[in-house]
Amino acid sequence: MPPRRVLILGATSAIAQAVARRYAQGGARLALVARNRQYLDVVAADLRIRGASALWTEVADFLELERHAALVDRAQQALGGLDIALVAHGVLPLQAEALADSRIAGLCWQTNFVSAASLLEAVGQRMEEAGRGTLGVLSSVAGDRGRAENYVYGASKAALNAYAGGLGQRLAKKGVRVVTVKPGPVATPMTAGRMRRPGLLSDVDEVARRIHRGLEAGWPVVYAPAYWRLVMTILKLLPTRIFERLRG
Amino acid sequence: MAPGETAGPSSWGRYPHVDQRALALAWASDPLPEGTEPLLPYGLGRSYGDVCLNPDGPVLLTRELRRFLAFDTQAGVLRCEAGCTLGEVAELTLPHRWFPPVVPGTRFVTVGGAVANDVHGKNHHRAGTFGRHVRALELLRGDGTRVVCGPSANTDLFRATVGGLGLTGLITWVELQLASVMGPWMEVEAVPFSGLDRFAELTATSDQTHAYTVAWVDGLARGTALGRGIFFRGNHAEGGGDLPAPRLRLSVPFDAPDALLSAPLIRAFNAVYRHWPRGGTKRLSTWKFLHPLDAVGNWNRLYGSRGLLQHQSVVPGPEAVQELLATAADSGQGSFLTVLKTFSDVPSPGLLSFPRPGWTLALDFPGRGAPTFALLEKLDGVVRAHGGRVYPAKDARMSVDTFRAGYPEWRAFAAHVDARFSSGFWRRVRGEL
Ligand SMILES: Cc1cc2nc3c(=O)[nH]c(=O)nc-3n(C[C@H](O)[C@H](O)[C@H](O)COP(=O)(O)OP(=O)(O)OC[C@H]3O[C@@H](n4cnc5c(N)ncnc54)[C@H](O)[C@@H]3O)c2cc1C
Ligand SMILES: NC(=O)c1ccc[n+]([C@@H]2O[C@H](COP(=O)([O-])OP(=O)(O)OC[C@H]3O[C@@H](n4cnc5c(N)ncnc54)[C@H](OP(=O)(O)O)[C@@H]3O)[C@@H](O)[C@H]2O)c1
Repeated sequence: MPPRRVLILGATSAIAQAVARRYAQGGARLALVARNRQYLDVVAADLRIRGASALWTEVADFLELERHAALVDRAQQALGGLDIALVAHGVLPLQAEALADSRIAGLCWQTNFVSAASLLEAVGQRMEEAGRGTLGVLSSVAGDRGRAENYVYGASKAALNAYAGGLGQRLAKKGVRVVTVKPGPVATPMTAGRMRRPGLLSDVDEVARRIHRGLEAGWPVVYAPAYWRLVMTILKLLPTRIFERLRG
Repeated sequence: MAPGETAGPSSWGRYPHVDQRALALAWASDPLPEGTEPLLPYGLGRSYGDVCLNPDGPVLLTRELRRFLAFDTQAGVLRCEAGCTLGEVAELTLPHRWFPPVVPGTRFVTVGGAVANDVHGKNHHRAGTFGRHVRALELLRGDGTRVVCGPSANTDLFRATVGGLGLTGLITWVELQLASVMGPWMEVEAVPFSGLDRFAELTATSDQTHAYTVAWVDGLARGTALGRGIFFRGNHAEGGGDLPAPRLRLSVPFDAPDALLSAPLIRAFNAVYRHWPRGGTKRLSTWKFLHPLDAVGNWNRLYGSRGLLQHQSVVPGPEAVQELLATAADSGQGSFLTVLKTFSDVPSPGLLSFPRPGWTLALDFPGRGAPTFALLEKLDGVVRAHGGRVYPAKDARMSVDTFRAGYPEWRAFAAHVDARFSSGFWRRVRGEL
């Protein structure tokens, strides 16, 4: 099998790095985009040592939507085509700050939904033209049901779920698969020092193993770890009265 | 939670219990978190006691610093961030026939932690400690400066940092000279022995013929049986073939209730040792030989919620070891997992490095309050009477006097301690400076 051609948008995310490590070990050709050059270079060096057979990097802030189309073109060209793409970037604001300052909430929605949806569309259209490819996006279990604790963030992921679901349906007939990834809480810089019970955080490598499997198989929705599917199914079915009595 | 991870910042012995804040550093190039309160780097918390705890302040999680920076496959030189584990290093380097020069009894330790405790392995008689194979490292100091040090650059700071228990600053990356191996497999042998004199003979001959030697001593034996055990020795073996990925066979999901403490524990350990091939040479994966306990995830939970206390010392030879074993046996608190190994005279590089020529004995006790602490104090007495020392990585309670007697270089070391860094261990043993 020729090496996989994988584009990672938000390549300095801890979860994205863990997924990229798995692809690198398999000798993949990688295109990495992130907004911090210094971080990106370290990630690229690591993935090269782990076995990536080609590496292309570019720096971009995804809030600059107008750059998305050309960016994806260049990545596609550098890799000589796209087998897999993963939209991974995101922010998790402190809920209390986001409620007090709507600019903080807005930045969260801009980043997690608007810029991610725009990237999905840019990649999706190119995969549609090629008639192949798997397009993954890191959403969250938080998007399945709004919870008092983090509904600002959850709303951005819920919107992303709807977008990815619709795009997946549109592209299904075109040989393109869209994979919505919904991790539970994972031990990464995003959650560091922010969990009431850090013991409930999943290990990033375990989550990445699941994501990698889901991308390779083209599953429409990937919960990571897998048990979150059951947890969220129950949580979604709970009558509102009971749900409201649950803590946090 | 994966096998390699601990739940929150606690230590492997889970004593002392502390409810600790954690900060994280995601990138080696980032500055330390703002503030003035003393921090302590925290790798994977595989230290048993409080060298990795900072009860009144935050710990700084280093596990995100897990990137390889450069790997020269010809020379076997690896530069990696300090949060990489030795297991991850081995997985990367074994296919190129390189292996970490020194590994402790578990692969779930970070490179930074291995330097800061200057860990030793079953190959100490040849390789010495981990720190001897460090070519260079970068230290991020409390004032924000970065110092590259090594055996030939900033050597004073290097000697303080190797075995420096995280107190001289944050190690961001380490450059290691790896050891050349013939392949990913090992040839190993297990030889039962009846007492310490027989152990002495076995170790004297085996240290000549085998890269790795260690013994398990039956900690529940009494009287004439005292000092019996099984001697393990091994060499990296020729022949390729992929190494099977290390496997976790079972995991302990929660604390064993105190009432059930000893029975399942003894069974679990015995199970591990029963599966050891006896008599004749057998081929085993490096994982199985070097890290037999890693097959059982979170085995420390078998010791119950009151935790486990380990006592590892180095003493001149068999008389002191016999006395330590007898002291433990007489107390009626059998040590379930007792490990014995000889240290050679390969010099240790750090001011506070634990290994020195002699015999090292490690004993494990479930935390049972006052009687356990009284026993540990007695063991310290034996160690001091013989001019030995206790291993900080395994300690949660040694006294100021025991520390100072064992580590006469402590004063020189204290001069290098960075004001922004501290630990529960250090505040406990440093005494009045
Ligand atoms: C089953 C088992 C077997 C073991 N066998 C052995 C053995 O055979 N030989 C042996 O020597 N030890 C052994 N140990 C002990 C273990 O090797 C050491 O405690 C090791 O240092 C743990 O590494 P860690 O990454 O978990 O570090 P931690 O326990 O998290 O930290 C250890 C020390 O390193 C410091 N530190 C960690 N990272 C950094 C950094 N980046 N910069 C500066 N300081 C840092 C911490 O502040 C702390 O003082 C064993 C432990 C277990 C659980
Ligand atoms: N960790 C969890 O518990 C968890 C759970 C469910 C879902 N997720 C989702 O998983 C994804 C990855 O999270 P993570 O845990 O890996 O967190 P992370 O390590 O903090 O990564 C987030 C990444 O997003 C990047 N980013 C943010 N805004 C950007 C922008 N405008 N342009 C370009 N890049 C931007 C960040 O770049 P900088 O490094 O330059 O800031 C960072 O690399 C996120 O979408 C997150 O919502 C995480």
